Amino acid sequence: MDSNEVFLQIPMLPNMELAATETAHRVAEFMQFDPDKIDEIKIAMIEGIINAFEHSQSKDKTVYIKFLMRGDELEVTIQDFGHGFDLDSAKKEPEQLRKRGHGLNLMEGLMDRVDIYATPNGTKVIMVKRRHSSDE
Amino acid sequence: MADVFKVTTRMEGKYAILYTEGYINNLAGDKIVEEFNQLVAKDVKHYVLNLQKTQLVNSIGISILIEVIEKVQEIGGTLAFCHLTPIIAKTFKIMGLTQYSKVYDTEEDALKN
Repeated sequence: MDSNEVFLQIPMLPNMELAATETAHRVAEFMQFDPDKIDEIKIAMIEGIINAFEHSQSKDKTVYIKFLMRGDELEVTIQDFGHGFDLDSAKKEPEQLRKRGHGLNLMEGLMDRVDIYATPNGTKVIMVKRRHSSDE
Repeated sequence: MADVFKVTTRMEGKYAILYTEGYINNLAGDKIVEEFNQLVAKDVKHYVLNLQKTQLVNSIGISILIEVIEKVQEIGGTLAFCHLTPIIAKTFKIMGLTQYSKVYDTEEDALKN
């Protein structure tokens, strides 16, 4: 474990995503992100976590989160050990997947980079937010 | 973690102004729908949602708000939002909610327009 990492694991219980946003707030504040960007990180994280809550069906009912403070960037990894999902289907319109598609769009709209790795053994979402955008 | 969501309503003329307090997730969305259904039963058609005391939302909560907007349109009414934080305004925009409903800075502006 590097000294610039923060680990958190949360049970899949109602509103536990807020525990993660509180940690995100402190980490981003420590990195001197401005308040609007901190809020963007928090909402994106909520989406990543509730996706895991709603769809992973993981046996350990736990979401694993890592914050990596890397210079000007905060990298957040949200991982579950459920059954994974079909990313292409999630972005399409069918009713049962529509809400999940919204969550993915939100994460992509609020973060600078979002990578999703879905396998039959779980899903890992890696999101990056830069303290200074390239157009600033 | 006990983020208890509250929604209260004040009538002003033909408008019902709904004040939310707390995180808008699926459970909060259901509470808003419940309040809204009671108002529709009283033949109220025009709504303003004041989100001044809401700091966080999620996509499921917003999906429920979109369903409320669709119901308001079905009854020939209007629904506007006011007092959105910058992140909630941005979230609404990304999710396309602003295509269906107007957003105002203040409650007064929402009622005037």
